[in-house]
Formats: sequence, structure tokens, C-alpha cells
Amino acid sequence: MIRDITLGQYYAAESVVHRVDPRVKIIATLLFIAELFIVDDFKGFILCGGAMALAVAASKVPLGFIMRGLKPILFILMFTFVLNIFMIDGHILVKLWFIKITKEGLLTAAFMAIRLILLIIGSSLLTFTTKPIILTDGIEKLLAPLKAFKVPTHEIAMMMSIALRFIPTLIEETDKIMKAQQARGADFESGNIMQRAKALIPILVPLFISAFQIAQDLAMAMEARCYRGGTGRTRMHAMKLMRRDYFVAIGLVLLLGLVILERIYL
Amino acid sequence: MSIQVRNLTHIYGKGQPDSQLALENINFDIYDEEIVGIIGHTGSGKSTLLQHLNGLLKPEEGTIVVGNDEITAPNFPMRNIRKKVGLVFQYPEYQLFEETVALDIAFGPKNLGMPEDEIWDRIKEVLEMVDLDYDEVADKSPFELSGGQKRRVAIAGVLAMKPQVLILDEPTAGLDPKAHKSILEMIQRVHEKEKNIIIFVSHNMEDIANLSDKVMVMDCGKLVMVGTPKEIFAQRDRLNQIGLNVPPAADLIYKLKDAGIPMADGVVSMEEAEEELYNYLRKK
Repeated sequence: MIRDITLGQYYAAESVVHRVDPRVKIIATLLFIAELFIVDDFKGFILCGGAMALAVAASKVPLGFIMRGLKPILFILMFTFVLNIFMIDGHILVKLWFIKITKEGLLTAAFMAIRLILLIIGSSLLTFTTKPIILTDGIEKLLAPLKAFKVPTHEIAMMMSIALRFIPTLIEETDKIMKAQQARGADFESGNIMQRAKALIPILVPLFISAFQIAQDLAMAMEARCYRGGTGRTRMHAMKLMRRDYFVAIGLVLLLGLVILERIYL
Repeated sequence: MSIQVRNLTHIYGKGQPDSQLALENINFDIYDEEIVGIIGHTGSGKSTLLQHLNGLLKPEEGTIVVGNDEITAPNFPMRNIRKKVGLVFQYPEYQLFEETVALDIAFGPKNLGMPEDEIWDRIKEVLEMVDLDYDEVADKSPFELSGGQKRRVAIAGVLAMKPQVLILDEPTAGLDPKAHKSILEMIQRVHEKEKNIIIFVSHNMEDIANLSDKVMVMDCGKLVMVGTPKEIFAQRDRLNQIGLNVPPAADLIYKLKDAGIPMADGVVSMEEAEEELYNYLRKK
């Protein structure tokens, strides 16, 4: 069901990973993604995978929960896997008429799949362990230097946090409307593409109407509390780097070094 | 037509860290042409229960039999149950989407495969039932109507499917007193005309007392009391314990009794309270 969407959802737990400063976590995630692309063989993935496993274990997010986040990309994963198997030339292992499976193809397919999986787990770990609001606070801080170029960083961050904040609300709203229309005999699961697309109208129209209504109410509530943009706003919880943040940063830079060394020398 | 619910249990988010027992071992029977009122504070499982009766939620355990059909049986065709049991959600006006009122009401019957000419007759019939003028509203956009009118159109949309069981989740929530009253009158009118089972949730004890033949009280996912309004509202202390109250008229009589004035038991409605006070003053 629609409630099963976990990508970008926070998993409440008390762990070191949850407490790490959002700025550090964002940079660490970007760094980790970069590392995944520096790696060019399976040995490198042992390093990245090891670091990932350590982070996942420390985060106290159950493995099943993380795996569920992989479900939506399962199709892409299979698609690239199959594509890679058949498209790459090399030593032929199996040959059936015009289809041939090569050793290189198999290896590349496995390599790409691992990279994709680590990529998704790495980036979803960020959102699993960081509340959306804190995440956007982190982004706002990280983008602060751009203010010099007249980029409205606060407004961008506010828009993002509102958008994130309302994802669960809109999912709930969708669920409610779907149920109401199902109670009126609507069928979303059968029929061809055209029929299915048409079946979405009874969901989309009410959803848009309520989204606009929510947006209007929110704007009014913000104005009533004297919101007037970012200039001069201070924070109740100022972000401050702690010892653990430095450890995480050092760890990731260390991993970067190792990955580069591994690529050059092994 | 009757409904039997046995050992109904439902868990939300099973296997997740925040899973919770929403319904626990619910048992009850509803008989032909009964009006059933359900009370219980927010989060007591009322809406969850209603969604089971319509097949929108599947129970973890237990069975629900509507008429002769066990709707909890695996692979039971949902279309058949939707035909029998009509569910009107809270704030149903948010489900309106069509260009005109008539088309919106036709959505349900069309989904059920009702023939076209029958649908148009039915639209006229249900608009009359919900006290709206066909010529005035049928070709209007539902978004041009007032809040109370929108709600009536949404209810008409479910009525158009000719359900033998009509379920309404807080049908009067958020309405002004006039619209509130007209929705209650509408429920009674529909019941008289369609002779169906009506199940409704309300936080207004007076409405519950006035309309229902049977009252069910929910607390923390359990069905804690079932009985006639008289039986239920005779247990003020127990209701207070779970954060509920008796209707205002009964409350007045209870307060007089607490103050040492002799009053009869089992007073629920305004008329009964009036009678009781009249008798007391005359004796004095």
C-alpha cells in the first residue's frame, strides 16, 4: 500500500548516527557517494561496504527497514543488471542463438548493482537518521555562503522543509481519498494504462484541492506568527560541531584516502 | 439482513517499530433495520472498525458476516461488498471531484455497473432524500456549493449505490447547528425510506440518544459496552471513566439526583427529562 513508502522517511531511534551534526552528515553522504564512483573494482567495495555496515550498525535502524527502501528501485536494479549482462563483449560463457553472456558482462553487472545498492542505502541512511527539518537546517547552513551572490538560501531551505514536512500529510490525504473513492466502487488495480490513468482523476482532483487548501492555511498561520523571511532570524537550537562530528569527518576523509590508494595501487 | 462480527482484531503497521493494536477481539451483532450509534473518544478504533465493515481494511484475525456473505473470506469480491455496504467517510465533501453534482453522484453507481437510465432516476431519488433540489444543483459544480450542501451531495453519492447498510463516520462534524440538524433529519428520512441498517459515529451524545436503537462504546480498541441508549446512558460513572459523557438532558437529571432531589432512573431524552421535572414539581 501507499503507506509502505519509506524512502526519505525518518526512523526514530537513539543512536550516535542520529546525533551527528546534519552538516557533517550531508557532506559525509556526498563524500561517500563520490567514493563509490572512485572505486573501480570489487576490492574497493569491501572498504565502502565495510564503512557502510559500520554506519548502519551504529544507526540502530533495522536491516529490514533499510531493505524496504530498496524496493522502489528494484526494477531499475534488475534492468541495469540484465542490460549489462547482455550488452558487454568479452569471453563468452553461455551462448544461445544471438544472446550471449560474457564473463565481463556478468562482472560489470554485479559491479554496477553493488554500486547502486550502496548508493541508495548510503543516501537513505541520511534521511532515516535525520529529521527532515534538521536536514534542511543543515542544508541552509551549508548554502549560507551563497547569500553573497544574492541566492535566497533561507527561502529555499524553508520551501524544502515545508515540502518535506507535508509529504506524510499528503500521503495520508491520498490514502484517505483513495479509500473514500474505493468505498464508492473505484478500482485502481485493474484495466489497461488508459483506464488506470483515468482512474486517477478521482484521486488527483480532491488531492490538489486539499493541497491548495493546506498551503493557504499554512501561509496564513505563518503570517499570523509574523514570519517575514530569513533576515535577522535566530535559532533556538544553534548547530554546534561536537567531538563525534570531527570523528565522523576524519573517518570519511580517511576512507576517501584509502579508496584512492586502493584504486592507484591495487 | 444482519451483520455478525466475531473476534475481530486489527494491528496497524504490523512488524514495524510503531505498530499498534487498533482493534482487539471485537464481537457484536447488528440486526435488520437497526440504527446503531458508535461512541468513543478519538483513537479508540471507531473509524478502523467501520473500514473493516466495508472491506477497506483486512482484519488480522476474526470474521465479518454481512447478510449471507463472509466478507473476510479470502478472495471475496470487493465489488459485492461495496454494493451492500456504503461507507461515508469523515468530511466526505473532500472526495468530490466531478464537473457537476449529478456526475459526481453517478460515479459510485457507474463503478458498480448500474444501467445508465437507472442511474439518472436514482440521482433524482437520492437528491430528494438528502433534501437538495434536482433542478437547482444537478448541473452545478460541486465546488460552488456551501459546506453543508457539499456534504449532502457526498452522502448522496454513497446512497446512490443503494447500500443495504449505510455507515456514516461523524456525519455532522464541523457543521453549523442548522446544517447539523438537517443532516440528522436526513439520516432518519433515509432510514424510513430505504429500511436499511444505519451505523453512525458521533461525539454528540444527544444525537446518539435520539437516533440509535443500539449504542456501542469503544475504548482503546475494545468494544466495552453494547446496549440500548437507556442502558448505556444509565451508566454515567463508567462513561465518565473512559472520557465520555451522557446527553445534556440526562446530565441535568443526574446532577439533580446528586443534589439529593429524587429523580427516576433511565432518563435520556429531553422529553423524558421534561416529563420527570414536571412530575416532580407537581408532587411538590
